[in-house]
Amino acid sequence: MHNNHSMMSRRRFAAGFALGSVALALPLPSLALTVDDAKDMIGKAVAEINTTIASGKSQTAMYGDFERIFSRYADVPTIARSALGVAAKKASSAQMASFTKAFQGYISRKYGARFREFIGGSIEVTDARPIKSYYEVISVAHLKGQAPFDLRWHVSDKSGRNLFFNIIIEGVNMLASERTEIGAMLDKRGGNIDKLIVDLKTA
Amino acid sequence: MLAVAGCAKAPVSDAVNDPAEGFNRKVFAFNVAVDKAVLQPVSGVAGSGRGPILTGVHNFAANLDTPGDIVNNVLQGRLMRAARNTLRFGVNTTAGIGGLFDPSTALGLPAQETDFGETLYVWGVGEGNYQMLPILGPSTERDTVGIAVDYAINPLRFLIKSPESDYVTGAKVIDKIGSRARHSDTVDSILYDSADPYAQARLLYLQNRHYTLGEAPSDASFEDPYAQ
Repeated sequence: MHNNHSMMSRRRFAAGFALGSVALALPLPSLALTVDDAKDMIGKAVAEINTTIASGKSQTAMYGDFERIFSRYADVPTIARSALGVAAKKASSAQMASFTKAFQGYISRKYGARFREFIGGSIEVTDARPIKSYYEVISVAHLKGQAPFDLRWHVSDKSGRNLFFNIIIEGVNMLASERTEIGAMLDKRGGNIDKLIVDLKTA
Repeated sequence: MLAVAGCAKAPVSDAVNDPAEGFNRKVFAFNVAVDKAVLQPVSGVAGSGRGPILTGVHNFAANLDTPGDIVNNVLQGRLMRAARNTLRFGVNTTAGIGGLFDPSTALGLPAQETDFGETLYVWGVGEGNYQMLPILGPSTERDTVGIAVDYAINPLRFLIKSPESDYVTGAKVIDKIGSRARHSDTVDSILYDSADPYAQARLLYLQNRHYTLGEAPSDASFEDPYAQ
């Protein structure tokens, strides 16, 4: 199992490298993540989210923007794998690839719809600290007519690039919430991953 | 997998203490039916729930809870918070015209709500089992005791007589509708878009409650998907 994991990491590292150099025109993936790197990375993601929120675009256009931001700054394969839980171990690599793609669209629509509540508001990065083998970037969401609330991002460079893999909103964490949700969806489909993938595309 | 679960002493971050899940799910189904029949349609009329009238009602209802917060602050030994909440209550009741407005927040005294459930937590009482209460929603054994005690110890309950006490009850009911409207996207997405609304509501309540109490999971229990 451990062997398999390190192989996956290497493959993800390679994919991250290709994406980093070609799509984003970055010279090299950063090799060591520091607190400041993590904070800067989330700062950039937050700046793009704030721009989208303030853009006044249609909801569908905003979903597209959020999906781009999400795929650029989040470790989608790791989040998808974690959301699928134990079922991920039985899935073929082709199934994992199409599940990851479907999951990316699903999560962007779901959280994109929630970011609609942020219109007229903004997110401000305030601090960062190391936890175990990754970093926690702390931000505050200021929403119109609401008390500011706590929004945290867990950032790692284990994929080969600095990417976030979890968001914690006032203590509620996305990985746990999505594992519960995807697990329930899979149960409803009798454990059939292919059915889940098809339905996730429109969920 | 089973062997691992059997060996683990400490509960994992997702573990929930819900032995009465079957019964709780029935209560939850009832609550969802009430929401669908009453709260959701009625709160739809309230718009965003952030208009001047509903904001005033919310301020009024929250201000009436402040004396109870102060009692709990004292019981928790948090005297600074008790002092701030006392000042807040004084400012909002007078300058805020009976609590309809919230000038305290603008003056740097934001709401610091608490409850007897938190007091029990401070005293070291365990959370107990998860519970789903009719109408009131998710709770734990500790928080349910807290709700009952808060109702009993709010000093205003002894000072406000009928018919004013009816207005207070009315304000709280309207505030509940306003709150449903303010959080309509969140509530709708959990109750009506989720594959298992019960499990989502339970996870959200427990994680958020632990966060509010400062009982947030320790760094060691945060998950690292790269280590799995």
